[in-house]
Amino acid sequence: MMEEISGRAIILGDNVDTDQIIPAKYLNTSEPDKLAPHFMENEYPDLAGSIQKGDIIVAGKNFGSGSSREHAVITIKGLGISCIIAESFARIFFRNAINTGIPVIEAKVSANSLEKITVDFRNSRIFCGGKEVEFKEYPEFLKNIIESNGLINYVRSGKW
Amino acid sequence: MSKTAVEKIFSEKSGTDSRAGDYVVANIDYVMANDITAPIAIDAFNDLGMSAKSDKIIIIPDHFIPPKDINSAKQYKKSKDFALDNGTWFYDIGSGGVCHQVMMEKGFAAPGRLIAGADSHTNTYGALSAISTGIGSTEAGVIFATGKMWFKIPETIKINLKGKPSKGVEGKDIILYILSIIKNGGAAYKCMEFSGDIKYIDINERMTMANMTTEAGAKCSFFDTDEKTIEYLKQRNTGEYKIVKSDDNADFEQTIEINMAEIEPSVAVPNSPDNVRHVSEIHERIDQAYIGSCTNGRIEDIRKAASILKGRKVDRRVRLMVVPASQEVYNQALREGLINTIVESGGYFSGTTCGACLGGYMGVLGPDEVCISSTNRNFIGRMGDKTSKVYLANPSIVAASAILGRIGTPEEI
Repeated sequence: MMEEISGRAIILGDNVDTDQIIPAKYLNTSEPDKLAPHFMENEYPDLAGSIQKGDIIVAGKNFGSGSSREHAVITIKGLGISCIIAESFARIFFRNAINTGIPVIEAKVSANSLEKITVDFRNSRIFCGGKEVEFKEYPEFLKNIIESNGLINYVRSGKW
Repeated sequence: MSKTAVEKIFSEKSGTDSRAGDYVVANIDYVMANDITAPIAIDAFNDLGMSAKSDKIIIIPDHFIPPKDINSAKQYKKSKDFALDNGTWFYDIGSGGVCHQVMMEKGFAAPGRLIAGADSHTNTYGALSAISTGIGSTEAGVIFATGKMWFKIPETIKINLKGKPSKGVEGKDIILYILSIIKNGGAAYKCMEFSGDIKYIDINERMTMANMTTEAGAKCSFFDTDEKTIEYLKQRNTGEYKIVKSDDNADFEQTIEINMAEIEPSVAVPNSPDNVRHVSEIHERIDQAYIGSCTNGRIEDIRKAASILKGRKVDRRVRLMVVPASQEVYNQALREGLINTIVESGGYFSGTTCGACLGGYMGVLGPDEVCISSTNRNFIGRMGDKTSKVYLANPSIVAASAILGRIGTPEEI
Protein backbone atom coordinates (compact mmCIF):
# COMPACT_ATOMS: atom_id res chain seq x y z
CA MET A 1 0.00 0.00 0.00
CA MET A 2 1.12 3.55 -0.70
CA GLU A 3 2.57 5.47 2.22
CA GLU A 4 1.65 9.03 1.41
CA ILE A 5 -0.23 10.89 -1.32
CA SER A 6 -0.95 14.53 -2.00
CA GLY A 7 -3.50 16.09 -4.31
CA ARG A 8 -5.94 18.94 -4.85
CA ALA A 9 -9.29 18.76 -3.04
CA ILE A 10 -12.42 18.24 -5.12
CA ILE A 11 -15.24 19.21 -2.76
CA LEU A 12 -18.62 17.43 -2.90
CA GLY A 13 -21.52 17.41 -0.44
CA ASP A 14 -23.65 14.89 1.47
CA ASN A 15 -25.55 11.95 -0.07
CA VAL A 16 -23.74 12.00 -3.42
CA ASP A 17 -25.42 9.01 -5.07
CA THR A 18 -24.31 6.70 -7.84
CA ASP A 19 -26.86 8.17 -10.29
CA GLN A 20 -25.08 11.50 -9.83
CA ILE A 21 -21.59 9.99 -10.06
CA ILE A 22 -22.45 8.28 -13.35
CA PRO A 23 -25.99 8.65 -14.79
CA ALA A 24 -27.66 5.38 -15.83
CA LYS A 25 -27.73 6.23 -19.51
CA TYR A 26 -23.98 5.56 -19.66
CA LEU A 27 -24.21 2.09 -18.13
CA ASN A 28 -24.15 0.46 -21.55
CA THR A 29 -20.36 0.47 -21.30
CA SER A 30 -17.82 -0.17 -18.55
CA GLU A 31 -14.78 1.39 -20.24
CA PRO A 32 -13.11 3.94 -17.89
CA ASP A 33 -12.28 6.37 -20.72
CA LYS A 34 -15.90 6.50 -21.88
CA LEU A 35 -17.35 6.83 -18.36
CA ALA A 36 -14.95 9.37 -16.82
CA PRO A 37 -16.04 12.46 -18.85
CA HIS A 38 -19.59 12.09 -17.46
CA PHE A 39 -18.65 12.22 -13.76
CA MET A 40 -21.28 14.27 -11.86
CA GLU A 41 -22.32 15.92 -15.13
CA ASN A 42 -25.92 16.62 -14.09
CA GLU A 43 -24.88 18.71 -11.09
CA TYR A 44 -21.50 20.04 -12.26
CA PRO A 45 -21.21 19.87 -16.06
CA ASP A 46 -17.66 21.25 -16.10
CA LEU A 47 -16.24 19.26 -13.19
CA ALA A 48 -14.95 16.16 -14.99
CA GLY A 49 -12.94 18.29 -17.44
CA SER A 50 -11.26 20.20 -14.63
CA ILE A 51 -10.07 17.17 -12.65
CA GLN A 52 -6.36 16.38 -12.76
CA LYS A 53 -4.70 13.07 -12.13
CA GLY A 54 -4.01 12.68 -8.41
CA ASP A 55 -6.88 14.89 -7.20
CA ILE A 56 -8.63 13.83 -3.98
CA ILE A 57 -12.40 13.81 -3.51
CA VAL A 58 -13.55 15.28 -0.19
CA ALA A 59 -17.23 14.60 0.50
CA GLY A 60 -19.77 14.57 3.32
CA LYS A 61 -22.03 11.84 4.62
CA ASN A 62 -23.21 8.71 2.79
CA PHE A 63 -20.99 9.04 -0.29
CA GLY A 64 -21.87 6.59 -3.08
CA SER A 65 -25.39 5.75 -1.96
CA GLY A 66 -27.79 4.06 -4.34
CA SER A 67 -26.78 1.53 -6.94
CA SER A 68 -24.28 -1.33 -6.75
CA ARG A 69 -22.92 -0.25 -10.12
CA GLU A 70 -19.15 -0.65 -10.10
CA HIS A 71 -19.24 1.89 -12.93
CA ALA A 72 -19.22 4.58 -10.22
CA VAL A 73 -15.80 3.45 -8.97
CA ILE A 74 -14.56 2.83 -12.53
CA THR A 75 -15.56 6.41 -13.44
CA ILE A 76 -13.64 7.85 -10.48
CA LYS A 77 -10.61 5.67 -11.21
CA GLY A 78 -10.86 6.68 -14.87
CA LEU A 79 -10.45 10.33 -13.83
CA GLY A 80 -7.24 9.47 -12.00
CA ILE A 81 -8.62 10.36 -8.53
CA SER A 82 -6.08 9.10 -6.01
CA CYS A 83 -8.25 8.87 -2.89
CA ILE A 84 -11.78 9.54 -1.60
CA ILE A 85 -12.28 11.06 1.83
CA ALA A 86 -15.85 11.22 3.16
CA GLU A 87 -17.55 11.46 6.55
CA SER A 88 -19.26 8.16 5.73
CA PHE A 89 -19.71 5.89 2.73
CA ALA A 90 -22.59 3.85 1.37
CA ARG A 91 -21.88 0.19 1.93
CA ILE A 92 -21.56 -1.25 -1.58
CA PHE A 93 -19.58 1.73 -2.86
CA PHE A 94 -17.12 1.26 0.02
CA ARG A 95 -16.75 -2.45 -0.81
CA ASN A 96 -16.32 -1.74 -4.52
CA ALA A 97 -13.59 0.78 -3.79
CA ILE A 98 -11.69 -1.57 -1.45
CA ASN A 99 -12.09 -4.51 -3.79
CA THR A 100 -10.84 -2.63 -6.83
CA GLY A 101 -8.02 -0.87 -5.03
CA ILE A 102 -9.03 2.79 -4.69
CA PRO A 103 -8.27 4.19 -1.21
CA VAL A 104 -11.37 5.34 0.70
CA ILE A 105 -11.06 7.04 4.07
CA GLU A 106 -13.79 7.78 6.59
CA ALA A 107 -12.96 11.18 8.06
CA LYS A 108 -14.41 14.66 8.42
CA VAL A 109 -12.15 17.11 6.64
CA SER A 110 -12.86 20.76 5.91
CA ALA A 111 -10.96 21.89 2.87
CA ASN A 112 -11.35 24.62 0.28
CA SER A 113 -11.78 23.74 -3.34
CA LEU A 114 -8.45 22.76 -4.94
CA GLU A 115 -6.60 23.15 -1.64
CA LYS A 116 -3.67 20.78 -1.22
CA ILE A 117 -4.35 17.71 0.93
CA THR A 118 -1.83 15.15 2.09
CA VAL A 119 -2.80 11.71 3.34
CA ASP A 120 -0.28 9.85 5.45
CA PHE A 121 -1.50 6.25 5.35
CA ARG A 122 1.25 4.92 7.59
CA ASN A 123 0.22 7.15 10.50
CA SER A 124 -3.48 7.46 9.56
CA ARG A 125 -3.40 11.25 9.28
CA ILE A 126 -4.71 13.83 6.86
CA PHE A 127 -3.02 17.24 6.56
CA CYS A 128 -4.92 20.18 5.11
CA GLY A 129 -4.69 23.97 5.58
CA GLY A 130 -2.33 23.65 8.53
CA LYS A 131 -4.70 21.26 10.29
CA GLU A 132 -4.29 17.60 11.01
CA VAL A 133 -7.10 15.02 11.12
CA GLU A 134 -6.62 11.50 12.40
CA PHE A 135 -8.58 8.69 10.81
CA LYS A 136 -9.32 5.17 11.95
CA GLU A 137 -7.02 2.47 10.66
CA TYR A 138 -8.53 -0.19 8.43
CA PRO A 139 -9.36 -3.47 10.17
CA GLU A 140 -6.79 -6.21 9.59
CA PHE A 141 -9.03 -8.06 7.15
CA LEU A 142 -9.44 -5.07 4.84
CA LYS A 143 -5.75 -4.21 5.10
CA ASN A 144 -4.93 -7.58 3.59
CA ILE A 145 -7.16 -6.90 0.59
CA ILE A 146 -5.79 -3.37 0.15
CA GLU A 147 -2.20 -4.55 0.48
CA SER A 148 -2.86 -7.20 -2.17
CA ASN A 149 -4.02 -4.30 -4.40
CA GLY A 150 -7.61 -5.50 -4.68
CA LEU A 151 -9.78 -8.54 -4.24
CA ILE A 152 -8.71 -10.46 -7.34
CA ASN A 153 -5.06 -10.47 -6.26
CA TYR A 154 -6.08 -11.33 -2.72
CA VAL A 155 -8.06 -14.37 -3.91
CA ARG A 156 -5.18 -15.39 -6.19
CA SER A 157 -2.84 -15.28 -3.20
CA GLY A 158 -4.92 -18.11 -1.69
CA LYS A 159 -5.23 -16.38 1.68
CA TRP A 160 -8.86 -17.48 2.12
CA MET B 1 -25.23 -17.07 23.83
CA SER B 2 -28.19 -15.44 22.14
CA LYS B 3 -27.85 -14.18 18.58
CA THR B 4 -29.72 -12.25 15.93
CA ALA B 5 -30.94 -14.08 12.83
CA VAL B 6 -28.25 -12.47 10.69
CA GLU B 7 -25.53 -13.48 13.17
CA LYS B 8 -26.82 -17.06 13.10
CA ILE B 9 -26.89 -17.27 9.31
CA PHE B 10 -23.43 -15.73 8.82
CA SER B 11 -22.02 -17.99 11.56
CA GLU B 12 -23.40 -21.07 9.85
CA LYS B 13 -22.28 -20.04 6.38
CA SER B 14 -18.76 -19.21 7.56
CA GLY B 15 -18.37 -22.16 9.94
CA THR B 16 -17.56 -19.78 12.80
CA ASP B 17 -19.19 -18.57 16.01
CA SER B 18 -19.35 -14.94 15.00
CA ARG B 19 -21.10 -11.75 16.02
CA ALA B 20 -21.96 -8.39 14.53
CA GLY B 21 -18.77 -6.53 13.67
CA ASP B 22 -16.75 -9.67 12.90
CA TYR B 23 -15.27 -10.18 9.43
CA VAL B 24 -15.98 -13.60 7.94
CA VAL B 25 -15.56 -15.40 4.64
CA ALA B 26 -18.91 -17.06 4.00
CA ASN B 27 -20.20 -19.68 1.59
CA ILE B 28 -22.80 -18.19 -0.71
CA ASP B 29 -25.88 -20.23 -1.65
CA TYR B 30 -26.59 -18.23 -4.81
CA VAL B 31 -25.05 -15.30 -6.67
CA MET B 32 -27.05 -13.25 -9.16
CA ALA B 33 -25.96 -10.71 -11.77
CA ASN B 34 -27.81 -8.77 -14.48
CA ASP B 35 -26.88 -7.40 -17.90
CA ILE B 36 -25.27 -4.25 -16.42
CA THR B 37 -23.28 -5.91 -13.66
CA ALA B 38 -22.49 -9.33 -15.16
CA PRO B 39 -20.08 -8.13 -17.91
CA ILE B 40 -17.68 -6.59 -15.35
CA ALA B 41 -18.09 -9.68 -13.12
CA ILE B 42 -17.23 -11.94 -16.07
CA ASP B 43 -13.99 -9.98 -16.64
CA ALA B 44 -13.08 -10.44 -12.95
CA PHE B 45 -13.98 -14.13 -13.16
CA ASN B 46 -11.84 -14.57 -16.29
CA ASP B 47 -8.93 -12.83 -14.52
CA LEU B 48 -8.98 -15.55 -11.88
CA GLY B 49 -8.74 -18.31 -14.48
CA MET B 50 -10.84 -20.73 -12.42
CA SER B 51 -13.88 -22.82 -13.32
CA ALA B 52 -17.39 -21.58 -12.55
CA LYS B 53 -19.55 -22.71 -9.62
CA SER B 54 -22.33 -23.06 -12.16
CA ASP B 55 -25.10 -24.35 -9.88
CA LYS B 56 -24.84 -21.23 -7.71
CA ILE B 57 -24.87 -18.64 -10.51
CA ILE B 58 -28.00 -16.96 -11.86
CA ILE B 59 -27.82 -14.54 -14.78
CA ILE B 60 -30.92 -12.40 -15.39
CA PRO B 61 -30.71 -9.62 -17.99
CA ASP B 62 -33.18 -6.85 -17.12
CA HIS B 63 -31.77 -3.32 -17.11
CA PHE B 64 -31.52 -2.60 -20.85
CA ILE B 65 -33.63 -5.50 -22.10
CA PRO B 66 -34.59 -5.90 -24.90
CA PRO B 67 -31.31 -4.20 -25.87
CA LYS B 68 -31.86 -0.53 -26.65
CA ASP B 69 -28.64 0.07 -28.57
CA ILE B 70 -25.54 -1.72 -29.83
CA ASN B 71 -23.56 -1.34 -26.60
CA SER B 72 -26.47 -2.76 -24.59
CA ALA B 73 -26.69 -5.63 -27.05
CA LYS B 74 -22.98 -6.37 -26.50
CA GLN B 75 -23.44 -6.42 -22.72
CA TYR B 76 -26.47 -8.69 -23.05
CA LYS B 77 -24.64 -11.05 -25.38
CA LYS B 78 -21.60 -11.25 -23.10
CA SER B 79 -23.87 -12.14 -20.15
CA LYS B 80 -25.83 -14.71 -22.15
CA ASP B 81 -22.74 -16.36 -23.66
CA PHE B 82 -21.18 -16.68 -20.21
CA ALA B 83 -24.35 -18.28 -18.82
CA LEU B 84 -24.73 -20.73 -21.71
CA ASP B 85 -21.01 -21.59 -21.95
CA ASN B 86 -20.80 -22.30 -18.22
CA GLY B 87 -24.17 -23.99 -17.77
CA THR B 88 -25.42 -21.51 -15.16
CA TRP B 89 -29.04 -20.63 -14.43
CA PHE B 90 -30.20 -18.14 -17.07
CA TYR B 91 -33.53 -16.36 -17.44
CA ASP B 92 -33.83 -14.50 -20.69
CA ILE B 93 -36.55 -12.14 -21.79
CA GLY B 94 -39.71 -14.18 -22.38
CA SER B 95 -39.10 -16.34 -19.30
CA GLY B 96 -37.44 -14.01 -16.82
CA GLY B 97 -38.06 -10.40 -15.91
CA VAL B 98 -36.67 -8.01 -13.33
CA CYS B 99 -33.94 -9.94 -11.53
CA HIS B 100 -35.25 -9.73 -7.96
CA GLN B 101 -38.77 -10.75 -8.89
CA VAL B 102 -37.38 -13.76 -10.78
CA MET B 103 -35.18 -14.75 -7.80
CA MET B 104 -38.31 -14.88 -5.62
CA GLU B 105 -40.56 -16.62 -8.13
CA LYS B 106 -38.10 -19.31 -9.16
CA GLY B 107 -37.48 -20.40 -5.58
CA PHE B 108 -33.90 -19.20 -5.12
CA ALA B 109 -34.92 -17.04 -2.15
CA ALA B 110 -35.83 -19.09 0.93
CA PRO B 111 -35.36 -18.91 4.72
CA GLY B 112 -31.84 -19.19 6.11
CA ARG B 113 -30.07 -18.83 2.77
CA LEU B 114 -27.23 -16.40 2.09
CA ILE B 115 -27.59 -14.82 -1.34
CA ALA B 116 -25.42 -12.16 -2.97
CA GLY B 117 -26.56 -10.15 -5.94
CA ALA B 118 -24.77 -7.65 -8.12
CA ASP B 119 -27.62 -5.17 -7.79
CA SER B 120 -28.33 -2.93 -4.84
CA HIS B 121 -31.94 -4.10 -4.39
CA THR B 122 -30.88 -7.68 -3.62
CA ASN B 123 -32.12 -6.85 -0.09
CA THR B 124 -35.57 -7.89 -1.40
CA TYR B 125 -35.22 -11.59 -0.48
CA GLY B 126 -35.36 -10.73 3.21
CA ALA B 127 -39.11 -10.84 2.60
CA LEU B 128 -38.68 -14.65 2.56
CA SER B 129 -36.32 -14.72 5.57
CA ALA B 130 -33.13 -15.05 3.49
CA ILE B 131 -30.06 -12.90 4.13
CA SER B 132 -29.48 -11.28 0.77
CA THR B 133 -27.22 -8.39 0.02
CA GLY B 134 -26.11 -6.22 -2.86
CA ILE B 135 -22.48 -6.51 -3.93
CA GLY B 136 -20.28 -5.15 -6.67
CA SER B 137 -19.34 -6.84 -9.91
CA THR B 138 -15.76 -7.77 -9.02
CA GLU B 139 -17.09 -9.53 -5.94
CA ALA B 140 -19.72 -11.33 -8.02
CA GLY B 141 -16.96 -12.54 -10.34
CA VAL B 142 -15.02 -13.89 -7.37
CA ILE B 143 -18.13 -15.74 -6.14
CA PHE B 144 -18.63 -17.18 -9.64
CA ALA B 145 -15.20 -18.81 -9.19
CA THR B 146 -14.97 -19.54 -5.46
CA GLY B 147 -18.56 -19.60 -4.13
CA LYS B 148 -17.32 -17.43 -1.25
CA MET B 149 -17.17 -13.76 -0.25
CA TRP B 150 -15.98 -11.60 2.66
CA PHE B 151 -18.50 -9.83 4.84
CA LYS B 152 -18.65 -7.80 7.98
CA ILE B 153 -21.57 -9.19 9.98
CA PRO B 154 -24.07 -6.36 10.41
CA GLU B 155 -25.77 -5.15 13.54
CA THR B 156 -29.54 -5.48 13.51
CA ILE B 157 -32.16 -2.75 13.82
CA LYS B 158 -35.32 -4.49 15.02
CA ILE B 159 -38.50 -2.96 13.68
CA ASN B 160 -41.43 -4.10 15.78
CA LEU B 161 -44.59 -3.64 13.71
CA LYS B 162 -47.77 -3.31 15.78
CA GLY B 163 -51.43 -2.95 14.82
CA LYS B 164 -53.26 -3.30 11.54
CA PRO B 165 -52.69 -0.99 8.57
CA SER B 166 -55.70 1.15 7.57
CA LYS B 167 -57.54 0.61 4.28
CA GLY B 168 -55.59 2.07 1.36
CA VAL B 169 -52.26 1.70 3.15
CA GLU B 170 -49.89 -0.63 1.31
CA GLY B 171 -46.40 -2.02 1.92
CA LYS B 172 -45.01 1.01 0.05
CA ASP B 173 -46.62 3.40 2.55
CA ILE B 174 -45.26 1.42 5.50
CA ILE B 175 -41.68 1.44 4.19
CA LEU B 176 -41.86 5.12 3.19
CA TYR B 177 -43.01 5.89 6.75
CA ILE B 178 -40.09 3.89 8.14
CA LEU B 179 -37.66 5.64 5.74
CA SER B 180 -38.94 9.03 6.95
CA ILE B 181 -37.84 7.96 10.45
CA ILE B 182 -34.58 6.11 9.70
CA LYS B 183 -33.58 8.36 6.76
CA ASN B 184 -31.35 7.79 3.75
CA GLY B 185 -28.21 6.08 5.03
CA GLY B 186 -29.64 5.75 8.56
CA ALA B 187 -29.35 1.97 8.49
CA ALA B 188 -25.99 1.91 6.69
CA TYR B 189 -24.13 -1.38 7.14
CA LYS B 190 -27.05 -2.78 9.21
CA CYS B 191 -29.77 -5.41 8.90
CA MET B 192 -33.36 -4.16 9.16
CA GLU B 193 -35.39 -6.92 10.80
CA PHE B 194 -39.19 -6.83 10.72
CA SER B 195 -41.24 -8.67 13.32
CA GLY B 196 -44.47 -8.26 15.28
CA ASP B 197 -47.83 -8.12 13.51
CA ILE B 198 -46.41 -9.12 10.12
CA LYS B 199 -49.47 -11.37 9.65
CA TYR B 200 -51.22 -8.24 8.29
CA ILE B 201 -48.61 -7.83 5.57
CA ASP B 202 -48.78 -10.11 2.51
CA ILE B 203 -45.60 -11.48 0.91
CA ASN B 204 -45.81 -9.08 -2.05
CA GLU B 205 -45.99 -6.13 0.38
CA ARG B 206 -43.07 -7.56 2.35
CA MET B 207 -41.07 -7.66 -0.89
CA THR B 208 -41.76 -3.94 -1.43
CA MET B 209 -40.63 -3.16 2.11
CA ALA B 210 -37.53 -5.38 2.00
CA ASN B 211 -36.66 -3.90 -1.42
CA MET B 212 -36.58 -0.34 -0.08
CA THR B 213 -34.48 -1.09 2.99
CA THR B 214 -31.73 -0.39 0.45
CA GLU B 215 -32.84 3.25 0.50
CA ALA B 216 -32.04 3.39 4.23
CA GLY B 217 -28.57 2.08 3.33
CA ALA B 218 -29.23 -1.32 4.94
CA LYS B 219 -26.93 -4.22 4.12
CA CYS B 220 -29.87 -6.63 4.22
CA SER B 221 -33.38 -7.06 5.53
CA PHE B 222 -35.07 -9.90 7.35
CA PHE B 223 -38.72 -10.78 7.92
CA ASP B 224 -39.61 -13.45 10.44
CA THR B 225 -40.89 -16.66 8.85
CA ASP B 226 -44.63 -17.26 9.33
CA GLU B 227 -47.52 -19.13 7.68
CA LYS B 228 -47.58 -16.68 4.77
CA THR B 229 -43.90 -17.37 4.08
CA ILE B 230 -44.45 -21.13 4.13
CA GLU B 231 -47.52 -20.84 1.90
CA TYR B 232 -45.58 -18.79 -0.69
CA LEU B 233 -42.70 -21.28 -0.66
CA LYS B 234 -45.05 -24.23 -1.21
CA GLN B 235 -45.99 -22.76 -4.57
CA ARG B 236 -42.32 -22.52 -5.64
CA ASN B 237 -39.62 -25.06 -6.31
CA THR B 238 -37.41 -24.05 -3.42
CA GLY B 239 -35.63 -27.20 -2.27
CA GLU B 240 -34.37 -27.46 1.31
CA TYR B 241 -34.32 -24.45 3.58
CA LYS B 242 -33.87 -23.72 7.28
CA ILE B 243 -36.00 -21.42 9.42
CA VAL B 244 -33.91 -19.08 11.56
CA LYS B 245 -35.14 -16.54 14.09
CA SER B 246 -33.45 -13.92 16.28
CA ASP B 247 -33.36 -14.84 19.94
CA ASP B 248 -35.60 -12.57 22.03
CA ASN B 249 -32.67 -11.37 24.11
CA ALA B 250 -30.31 -10.96 21.15
CA ASP B 251 -28.13 -7.87 21.05
CA PHE B 252 -30.09 -5.52 18.76
CA GLU B 253 -28.46 -2.22 17.85
CA GLN B 254 -31.84 -0.57 18.44
CA THR B 255 -35.53 -1.43 18.47
CA ILE B 256 -38.03 0.80 16.70
CA GLU B 257 -41.75 0.45 17.50
CA ILE B 258 -44.06 1.22 14.59
CA ASN B 259 -47.83 1.51 15.01
CA MET B 260 -49.08 0.53 11.56
CA ALA B 261 -52.56 1.92 12.32
CA GLU B 262 -51.06 5.43 12.34
CA ILE B 263 -49.59 5.17 8.83
CA GLU B 264 -51.37 7.00 5.98
CA PRO B 265 -51.04 6.89 2.18
CA SER B 266 -47.87 8.77 1.32
CA VAL B 267 -45.59 10.08 -1.41
CA ALA B 268 -41.84 10.56 -1.37
CA VAL B 269 -41.15 13.93 -2.99
CA PRO B 270 -37.96 14.75 -4.94
CA ASN B 271 -35.09 14.14 -4.54
CA SER B 272 -34.87 11.52 -1.82
CA PRO B 273 -37.00 8.48 -0.90
CA ASP B 274 -36.98 9.60 2.76
CA ASN B 275 -38.58 12.94 1.87
CA VAL B 276 -42.08 11.69 2.71
CA ARG B 277 -45.34 13.69 2.76
CA HIS B 278 -48.99 12.82 3.24
CA VAL B 279 -50.47 12.35 -0.23
CA SER B 280 -53.13 15.03 0.43
CA GLU B 281 -50.39 17.68 0.69
CA ILE B 282 -49.23 17.18 -2.91
CA HIS B 283 -51.30 18.20 -5.94
CA GLU B 284 -48.65 18.54 -8.61
CA ARG B 285 -49.61 18.03 -12.27
CA ILE B 286 -47.92 15.01 -13.83
CA ASP B 287 -46.67 14.04 -17.28
CA GLN B 288 -46.04 10.35 -16.62
CA ALA B 289 -47.40 7.68 -14.29
CA TYR B 290 -45.17 4.59 -14.00
CA ILE B 291 -46.14 1.25 -12.45
CA GLY B 292 -43.44 -1.40 -12.46
CA SER B 293 -39.98 -2.38 -11.15
CA CYS B 294 -38.72 -4.78 -8.48
CA THR B 295 -40.46 -2.55 -5.92
CA ASN B 296 -44.04 -2.58 -7.19
CA GLY B 297 -44.47 -4.38 -10.51
CA ARG B 298 -46.11 -7.54 -9.17
CA ILE B 299 -49.48 -9.05 -10.09
CA GLU B 300 -51.08 -7.65 -6.94
CA ASP B 301 -49.91 -4.15 -7.93
CA ILE B 302 -51.27 -4.52 -11.45
CA ARG B 303 -54.59 -5.82 -10.09
CA LYS B 304 -54.91 -2.75 -7.87
CA ALA B 305 -54.10 -0.43 -10.77
CA ALA B 306 -56.54 -2.19 -13.10
CA SER B 307 -59.36 -2.01 -10.54
CA ILE B 308 -58.93 1.77 -10.41
CA LEU B 309 -58.53 2.21 -14.19
CA LYS B 310 -61.49 -0.03 -15.11
CA GLY B 311 -64.04 1.92 -17.14
CA ARG B 312 -62.04 5.17 -16.78
CA LYS B 313 -59.67 7.11 -19.03
CA VAL B 314 -56.13 8.25 -18.37
CA ASP B 315 -55.86 12.07 -18.46
CA ARG B 316 -54.90 13.19 -21.97
CA ARG B 317 -51.69 14.90 -20.87
CA VAL B 318 -50.46 11.84 -18.94
CA ARG B 319 -48.43 8.91 -20.28
CA LEU B 320 -49.33 5.86 -18.17
CA MET B 321 -46.81 3.03 -18.38
CA VAL B 322 -47.37 -0.36 -16.77
CA VAL B 323 -44.33 -2.65 -16.80
CA PRO B 324 -44.80 -6.11 -15.27
CA ALA B 325 -41.89 -7.28 -13.10
CA SER B 326 -41.72 -10.72 -14.70
CA GLN B 327 -43.05 -12.89 -17.49
CA GLU B 328 -45.06 -14.81 -14.87
CA VAL B 329 -46.71 -11.53 -13.82
CA TYR B 330 -47.32 -10.66 -17.49
CA ASN B 331 -48.94 -14.04 -18.21
CA GLN B 332 -51.17 -13.80 -15.15
CA ALA B 333 -52.24 -10.26 -16.07
CA LEU B 334 -53.08 -11.54 -19.54
CA ARG B 335 -55.18 -14.43 -18.13
CA GLU B 336 -57.08 -12.13 -15.78
CA GLY B 337 -57.88 -9.57 -18.47
CA LEU B 338 -55.92 -6.86 -16.64
CA ILE B 339 -53.94 -5.91 -19.73
CA ASN B 340 -57.20 -5.26 -21.59
CA THR B 341 -58.44 -3.03 -18.80
CA ILE B 342 -55.21 -1.03 -18.75
CA VAL B 343 -54.87 -0.52 -22.51
CA GLU B 344 -58.58 0.37 -22.85
CA SER B 345 -58.06 3.11 -20.27
CA GLY B 346 -55.34 4.57 -22.51
CA GLY B 347 -52.35 3.10 -20.67
CA TYR B 348 -49.29 1.53 -22.29
CA PHE B 349 -48.52 -2.04 -21.19
CA SER B 350 -45.02 -3.29 -21.98
CA GLY B 351 -42.97 -6.43 -21.69
CA THR B 352 -40.76 -7.02 -18.68
CA THR B 353 -37.77 -4.71 -18.15
CA CYS B 354 -36.28 -2.29 -15.62
CA GLY B 355 -37.07 0.31 -18.29
CA ALA B 356 -37.40 3.87 -17.03
CA CYS B 357 -36.95 3.07 -13.31
CA LEU B 358 -33.28 3.94 -13.70
CA GLY B 359 -33.68 6.26 -16.66
CA GLY B 360 -32.49 3.47 -18.93
CA TYR B 361 -34.97 3.77 -21.74
CA MET B 362 -38.68 3.54 -22.56
CA GLY B 363 -40.33 6.24 -20.47
CA VAL B 364 -37.33 8.51 -19.90
CA LEU B 365 -38.36 12.00 -18.75
CA GLY B 366 -37.57 15.20 -20.64
CA PRO B 367 -36.76 18.63 -19.13
CA ASP B 368 -39.14 19.66 -16.31
CA GLU B 369 -41.36 16.60 -16.77
CA VAL B 370 -42.97 15.15 -13.65
CA CYS B 371 -43.57 11.46 -13.00
CA ILE B 372 -45.37 9.63 -10.21
CA SER B 373 -43.84 6.21 -9.94
CA SER B 374 -44.18 2.94 -8.02
CA THR B 375 -40.37 2.50 -8.17
CA ASN B 376 -37.80 2.96 -5.40
CA ARG B 377 -35.69 6.05 -6.14
CA ASN B 378 -36.33 9.69 -6.97
CA PHE B 379 -32.76 10.98 -7.11
CA ILE B 380 -31.88 13.98 -9.29
CA GLY B 381 -32.04 12.91 -12.93
CA ARG B 382 -32.80 9.31 -11.97
CA MET B 383 -35.46 8.86 -14.64
CA GLY B 384 -34.12 11.24 -17.25
CA ASP B 385 -33.30 14.94 -17.54
CA LYS B 386 -31.76 16.55 -14.46
CA THR B 387 -34.69 19.01 -14.26
CA SER B 388 -37.33 16.26 -14.28
CA LYS B 389 -38.96 15.20 -11.02
CA VAL B 390 -40.01 11.80 -9.68
CA TYR B 391 -42.51 11.23 -6.86
CA LEU B 392 -42.72 7.75 -5.33
CA ALA B 393 -46.02 6.20 -4.24
CA ASN B 394 -47.97 2.96 -4.07
CA PRO B 395 -49.48 1.63 -7.34
CA SER B 396 -53.06 2.64 -6.38
CA ILE B 397 -52.01 6.27 -5.99
CA VAL B 398 -50.06 6.11 -9.26
CA ALA B 399 -53.12 4.73 -11.12
CA ALA B 400 -55.46 7.30 -9.56
CA SER B 401 -53.03 10.11 -10.41
CA ALA B 402 -52.94 8.94 -14.05
CA ILE B 403 -56.70 9.52 -14.25
CA LEU B 404 -56.67 12.79 -12.31
CA GLY B 405 -53.72 14.23 -14.28
CA ARG B 406 -52.19 15.26 -10.95
CA ILE B 407 -51.05 13.48 -7.81
CA GLY B 408 -54.11 12.22 -5.91
CA THR B 409 -55.82 9.21 -4.36
CA PRO B 410 -58.38 6.62 -5.54
CA GLU B 411 -60.98 8.30 -3.29
CA GLU B 412 -60.75 11.48 -5.37
CA ILE B 413 -61.87 9.82 -8.59
